[in-house]
Amino acid sequence: MAEIVLDHVSKRFPDGALAVDDVNLTIADGEFVILVGPSGCGKSTTLNMIAGLEDISDGELRIGGEVANQKSPRDRDIGMVFQNYALYPHMTVRENMAFSLKLSKADQSTVDERVNWAAGILDLTGHLDRKPGQLSGGQRQRVAMGRVIVRTPNAFLMDEPLSNLDAKLRVQMRTEVSRLQKRLKTTTVYVTHDQVEAMTLGDRVAVMRGGVIQQVGPPEELYDRPANLFVAGFIGSPAMNFLPATVEGDVLRSPLGELRLPQERRRRLQSDGGGGRAVIIGIRPEHFEDAALVGDKRDQGAVVTANVDLLESLGSDKYAYFTVQSERASAQHLEELAQDAGGIEMTTEEGVQVTARLDSASKAREDEELEFWLDLRRVHVFDPESGENLTVDTKEGGDEAQRQAEPEASRPADTPAADERAEPRTEPGADG
Amino acid sequence: MNTTPRQRIGWGSANVIVVLIAAIPVLWLVSLSFKDPSTITDGSYYPHKWTWDNYSGIFDQPLFTHALVNSIAIALISTFFGVVLGAMAAYAIARLNFPGKRLLVASALLIAMFPPISLVNPMFNLWRTLGIFDTWVGLIIPYMTFSLPLSIYTLSAFFREIPWELERAAALDGATPLQAFRRVIIPLAAPGVFTTAILVFLYCWNDFVFAISLTSTNNARTVPAALAFFTGASQFEQPTGSIAAAAVVITIPVVIVVLLFQRRIVAGLTAGAVKG
Repeated sequence: MAEIVLDHVSKRFPDGALAVDDVNLTIADGEFVILVGPSGCGKSTTLNMIAGLEDISDGELRIGGEVANQKSPRDRDIGMVFQNYALYPHMTVRENMAFSLKLSKADQSTVDERVNWAAGILDLTGHLDRKPGQLSGGQRQRVAMGRVIVRTPNAFLMDEPLSNLDAKLRVQMRTEVSRLQKRLKTTTVYVTHDQVEAMTLGDRVAVMRGGVIQQVGPPEELYDRPANLFVAGFIGSPAMNFLPATVEGDVLRSPLGELRLPQERRRRLQSDGGGGRAVIIGIRPEHFEDAALVGDKRDQGAVVTANVDLLESLGSDKYAYFTVQSERASAQHLEELAQDAGGIEMTTEEGVQVTARLDSASKAREDEELEFWLDLRRVHVFDPESGENLTVDTKEGGDEAQRQAEPEASRPADTPAADERAEPRTEPGADG
Repeated sequence: MNTTPRQRIGWGSANVIVVLIAAIPVLWLVSLSFKDPSTITDGSYYPHKWTWDNYSGIFDQPLFTHALVNSIAIALISTFFGVVLGAMAAYAIARLNFPGKRLLVASALLIAMFPPISLVNPMFNLWRTLGIFDTWVGLIIPYMTFSLPLSIYTLSAFFREIPWELERAAALDGATPLQAFRRVIIPLAAPGVFTTAILVFLYCWNDFVFAISLTSTNNARTVPAALAFFTGASQFEQPTGSIAAAAVVITIPVVIVVLLFQRRIVAGLTAGAVKG
């Protein structure tokens, strides 16, 4: 087990494409860090550089305090789970798991002991003498995990290990991965494009975009205090609603009406002296509520009356969709997010669709007017040009990612705080 | 697949015709090899007077026994080197990007298409000067020249089918590139390796042009060439029966090789490596 440090690491491919741009990240010993981002954001390249499967163009990689740039993969002592498992098809499950131990010339009794131990943990004991071709997808995935845990490497690297499983199995394996990591306390770097996996698994999450780390922090931090539009839009499901607005003195003129943000949310806006300045406001679906259910909090927010276009009841909550008369908020960050989502346009002819998550007690009905209450204390305001979050106190803007890349935000996995977070999360919208 | 009786009859008869066309000359040869010299020309497909004389006769001739040893040794050595070198070259072509790769592949193909007969004359002179005329080496070299392109082509196609992640996984498991190649890639490419080995072996085993031109004595003469030197029991007799017997004998190893390895030549050995 070891600490992994990426120190100004960059990757430039021979064709000149810059896949990873000056990444600084310290992964503490025993920590579970997720690299998340849309496809092509450089997260897999970063992982491959840690594994030694890609050369590092610039910067320094340290594993357990030693510079590892020039070390071959086999000298780094790292276990990796591949997206397509990459099991050796001509070997049995036992041979697959024993392969690395055999190569390191471990004696037979150690090999048997380790393989049986790993098979026990992963519930593979009955399948040890079968070939991968005879196993189901979930079992193959567990064999791939078993292959890395038998030899207690410095770190586990996982490259979208669950993306080939069906939805139900994925949720099950997700908790299994989490439990395994807590149990073995091995430094783990996990790459995924699925923000739900990122939110539920990691001690810390690093959101990447175009080869650059946008923000690093515990999942809650990314969710509550996104550094920019991209992080705000990427994390959370259903996604944050974005609307264009202008700052006018104390109020935000938006398609939802004039919003008067509380003082602590306005500080940055005003210090920037933005009179008539165009901004983008971001509101998470759960920060709306049926105004009838709000009670005495009502005056802390704004009330918007709109026609409910569509209502989805999930039992625990209700999702209400309504349309506001507006242009679509446009910014580079949002366009990239839309592309990643498959180019689904959330704009209808009449305006922008807004998603609100209401309490299940709400009496909202489709095609009827409803008073939506909006929690103004939770509204985010972004700069359309830089994408920067203007409401969250982010010290000095652009340095945010690097500041947070320092290990101060990390906690060793065995502290009580980390254990608490091992509990199944009821992250707002995490399973939506 | 569901087939109607009509389809089954159609395909069945097509198969029977193909097998008959292929088998009739072979069976004829077998029949000839068992015929007594006096009945060779009786025009009967089935031998009326059975005899082993043709077989015992050829094994008494040093011409044939030497040729058989030469054939087996030269074919096996050429196959071994053809496949080993071919596998290494094919692996590099399948996995690496190096300057001149396309040129290498193209020139290998070009060599394979070159008519061997046009090389015989220069080689004859060259081999005599070099002192490898009428030696094993003298035959192994041209055989490898023509079998290597074949093995590089077949094997690189097989290597390309093997997911790259397997080597990466092996590297992370602590394998050197050579260990990964030997313990992961070669076992997976085994069907390809065997297919290639059989093709190369057949090429070397059946060759006549080089064998007749680059040999002059029993030192290196292989069976196809030796057949041309058979004589009858007297100068008035055709050695038809002996030639037929020798032809049958040299067919047997090929049949054995194919029967032994055909079970290895099955696709689908890589099933389960990756989620497909």
